[in-house]
Amino acid sequence: MKLSLTKVVNGCRLGKIKNLGKTGDHTMDIPGCLLYTKTGSAPHLTHHTLHNIHGVPAMAQLTLSSLAEHHEVLTEYKEGVGKFIGMPESLLYCSLHDPVSPCPAGYVTNKSVSVWSVAGRVEMTVSKFMAIQKALQPDWFQCLSDGEVSCKEATSIKRVRKSVDRSLLFLDNCLRLQEESETLALSSRLECSGAISTQRSLLLLGSSDSPTSASRVTGTTGACCHTRLIFVFLVEMGFHSVGQAGLELLTSSDPPASASCWDYRHEPPCLVLQKSVIIGVIEGGDVMEERLRSARETAKRPVGGFLLDGFQGNPTTLEARLRLLSSVTAELPEDKPRLISGVSRPDEVLECIERGVDLFESFFPYQVTERGCALTFSFDYQPNPEETLLQQNGTQEEIKCMDQIKKIETTGCNQEITSFEINLKEKKYQEDFNPLVRGCSCYCCKNHTRAYIHHLLVTNELLAGVLLMMHNFEHYFGFFHYIREALKSDKLAQLKELIHRQAS
Amino acid sequence: MAGAATQASLESAPRIMRLVAECSRSRARAGELWLPHGTVATPVFMPVGTQATMKGITTEQLDALGCRICLGNTYHLGLRPGPELIQKANGLHGFMNWPHNLLTDSGGFQMVSLVSLSEVTEEGVRFRSPYDGNETLLSPEKSVQIQNALGSDIIMQLDDVVSSTVTGPRVEEAMYRSIRWLDRCIAAHQRPDKQNLFAIIQGGLDADLRATCLEATLEVWAGCVLGLKTRRISSSVALTLPCTLRDDQARRAWLRHRGPERGYATDLVVCVALGCDMFDCVFPTRTARFGSALVPTGNLQLRKKVFEKDFGPIDPECTCPTCQKHSRAFLHALLHSDNTAALHHLTVHNIAYQLQLMSAVRTSIVEKRFPDFVRDFMGAMYGDPTLCPTWATDALASVGITLG
Repeated sequence: MKLSLTKVVNGCRLGKIKNLGKTGDHTMDIPGCLLYTKTGSAPHLTHHTLHNIHGVPAMAQLTLSSLAEHHEVLTEYKEGVGKFIGMPESLLYCSLHDPVSPCPAGYVTNKSVSVWSVAGRVEMTVSKFMAIQKALQPDWFQCLSDGEVSCKEATSIKRVRKSVDRSLLFLDNCLRLQEESETLALSSRLECSGAISTQRSLLLLGSSDSPTSASRVTGTTGACCHTRLIFVFLVEMGFHSVGQAGLELLTSSDPPASASCWDYRHEPPCLVLQKSVIIGVIEGGDVMEERLRSARETAKRPVGGFLLDGFQGNPTTLEARLRLLSSVTAELPEDKPRLISGVSRPDEVLECIERGVDLFESFFPYQVTERGCALTFSFDYQPNPEETLLQQNGTQEEIKCMDQIKKIETTGCNQEITSFEINLKEKKYQEDFNPLVRGCSCYCCKNHTRAYIHHLLVTNELLAGVLLMMHNFEHYFGFFHYIREALKSDKLAQLKELIHRQAS
Repeated sequence: MAGAATQASLESAPRIMRLVAECSRSRARAGELWLPHGTVATPVFMPVGTQATMKGITTEQLDALGCRICLGNTYHLGLRPGPELIQKANGLHGFMNWPHNLLTDSGGFQMVSLVSLSEVTEEGVRFRSPYDGNETLLSPEKSVQIQNALGSDIIMQLDDVVSSTVTGPRVEEAMYRSIRWLDRCIAAHQRPDKQNLFAIIQGGLDADLRATCLEATLEVWAGCVLGLKTRRISSSVALTLPCTLRDDQARRAWLRHRGPERGYATDLVVCVALGCDMFDCVFPTRTARFGSALVPTGNLQLRKKVFEKDFGPIDPECTCPTCQKHSRAFLHALLHSDNTAALHHLTVHNIAYQLQLMSAVRTSIVEKRFPDFVRDFMGAMYGDPTLCPTWATDALASVGITLG
C-alpha cells in the first residue's frame, strides 16, 4: 500500500492511500472514516439498506470484541471474515475494542489482553491473538496493546510507562509471529512447488542456538524465535539448493516474553501470501514523555500505520489532550496512515485532522441513532444564499430550543444529545411532514418524513433504527466528503467556523 | 335483522376479483384482485405491518420481494398516530410511503384480544386505551370512519368477535349482530369507490349458523368479497366453508396460527384447496424476530448451536437477498449479537418464503397440477403422507385430494 499526500494545510493531510486490499486495487481517501460495524454488520442494516447509502467508506471497522468468540468458526470457514460477513469487496480494519462500549479495567497482563464479547471475556495471548487474525484475514488490524490507561482516570506514571512497554512488546511479538508464519507458509509453498528439497535445514543456518530441527520447526520453545530468515531473496535467485550466500540472517534484539509459539502444522499447504497489515498502537496516557517514547519506538517497527489510542473521552478531556496529539503525530512518518480510536464527533474530528490524524471511526452516527436522533448539522460551507437563509432560520430556532444540553437515557447509551442533531421523539415533530434534512439525498429523506420517524419511535418500531441509521451514516459520510473538498479548495477555515458555530 | 338488498346496491357493489384458473378437483382458484393500487395475483399471502411499518424492512425491500398488498391495523393506528394525522399525511399509503395495496382490519379483534377491559354492546365495543387510559367506544361507524381516513384499498366491517371455541346462544347472537353491524358499516362508508368493504362470515363452527350468516350477508349486500374467520381448521369447518359464493367473490381466510413448527404453511395450502384466496398472519414476521427461518421442511431455529458452522444458505432454492448473500453460520453469529440486522435478514427471508410459496401454489393451479403440488408439498413437509396431520388429510380428502 502507498500513501500519497496531495497537500498539507495547517497540519491537515489531504491525500490517498492506494494499492489496498487483497488484490491491491482499492483506494481510500484521507481524511476519511471507516464504516462502523457490530459483529461484522453495519448496525440495523442489511446489504440492501447499506447499499442505499451514498458515500459508504471503502474500509469497514470490525471489532475483535464482537468476533473473537467466533474464532473457531472462522478458522473452519477458512475464507476470511470479509466473505463470512457478506462484505467480500470491502477493505477491513480490525480494532481490539468496540469504541461504543467501555472496557472494564484490570484485565491486561504482561502476557494477555482481554476483550469483552456478548459471551463474556475473551483472553488473548499474543499467539492466540495472531491465530485469530489469521482466521479473520483482515486488511489491517490493530496490534494487541495495553490501552487500559484510558479506561481509568489519574493513572500513575508507572502504570503509563508499563502500558507503553507492554504495547511495544506485544507489537514485537506479533510482528515476529507474523514473519514466522509467512516464512513457514512460504517454505511450505515452495515445498509444494518442489523448489526446495530440504526446507527444514534452512532454518538451522546461522542460528545462535542449536536445538534439533524438529523442535525448531514445530516451534516449541523460545529459542526458535531468535532468528528471522528471509526467503524472498532465495526465491528470486531461483536457488534449488541451500546456499549460505543466498540467505540473510537477522538476529532479533529483544528476547520474547511469550513462551508459546504458533504451530505451523495446521497451516494449509498453499496459502495466498497477502499479509494483513499490522497497525502499531501509540499509548502513553497523558504523559508527554511516554507519548513521545511510544511514538518514536513504534515508528521504528515495520508497521503499516499507527493507531492513536487513549484520546477517547468527553469533549473536555480531548481538548486537554490535543497538544499531546500534535506532538505524537510530529514523531510519525508522513507516508503511513494515522488512525485515532474513540473520536467521532464532528468538531473533534476537525481538531484531530488539524493535528495530523487521517482516519476516524464512524460510531458517532450510530450513537445518535440509538438515542432516536437525526444528524442535522450543516457542513456545506458554501451553500447558495437562499439555502443559507432557510438553514439559518432553522438552526436559530433549534438553538433556541436547545439552550441546555438535554440528557437522555437510552438503552446502554447515557450520552448527551449534541447540538449536531435533533431529537425525533419530541412532540413537535409529530406533524412535521418535512424530511429529516431538507436537501439530503439519503433514502430516508427521499422517502419519509419527520412525522413518520416520530411515529416509529413512539411505537418502538424497529424501522426507526433502520431509517435513522441510513440517514445518519449518509450525513456523516457527506461531512467527510466536504472536509476533503474544503481542504482541496483551501476553505477549511470556513468549514471549521461553521461546525464551531453549531457545536454547543 | 338483516336488511334487504336493493337492485341498485347489488349492481353498485364492485366486482374486484377475476378468476384466471380453477382446479378441476378441489376448490382451489387462481385469480386477480383489481384494486385501486394495482393488481394482486391470488392466492396471496399478505404480510402484516401493524403500525404502518413492516417490522424493520423498508417499503423498498418489501416491494423488491414482490409484495403487492399488506396489512395495517385500525386499532393500533387509530390510537397512534390517529386517523386525523394519517389523513394529513395523505392516508396510510402516504404516511408509510407504500405504493401498492393495503388492507386494514376493523380493530375489533385486537380490541377483544389485547384489551382486558372491553365490553361489547349493540352500540359497539367499549374499551380503555392502554396508552392514555381514556375510555373509547369502537362502533361500526367509528371503525369505518378511521379506515376511511386511512384510505386502505380493502377495509373490513366491524364484527362481534367471539372465540370459535365458544358454543351456545352467544354464537348466534354474535352472528346476527355482526350482520346488523355490516349494515351500519355500509351506511357509514364514505368512499365505496376507492375502498372495498369486506364482510365477515360468523357462526363459529356451526355449519347451519354459517350458512345463515352467509345468506343474510348476501341478502344485505352482495358486497364484492367475503372474509372467513376460523380459529381452527377442522373437518367440520372445512365443509362449512362457503361453496355457494359467487366465483368473483374473494375469500379471505383468517387463520390464527395455532402452534409452532410446520403448522402455518400447511394451513395455507389446505385452505387454498378449500377455496380461499387471501391469507395474512403475523406468524412469519414474528417468528423471524425470534430467530426462526421458514423452510419447506418446517423451520430452522438459527440461534441453535447446530448452525454455528453451517456455511450454506437458509434455503438453497430461495432467491431472497438473505439467502443470496448470507450463510446460516453468519446469521447464527449475528443473532447472538445485539445487532438488529439479524432480525431484518430473517424477516426478509420469511416474507420471501411466504410469497414464493403462494406463487408456486398459483402456478400449479394455472398449470392444472395443483393436487400434485399438494402431495409434493406435504411430502417435503412431513416426509411421509401418513405423517400429515389428520385434520389436513381429511380436509383435503373432502375436496377430492388424496395424499399418497
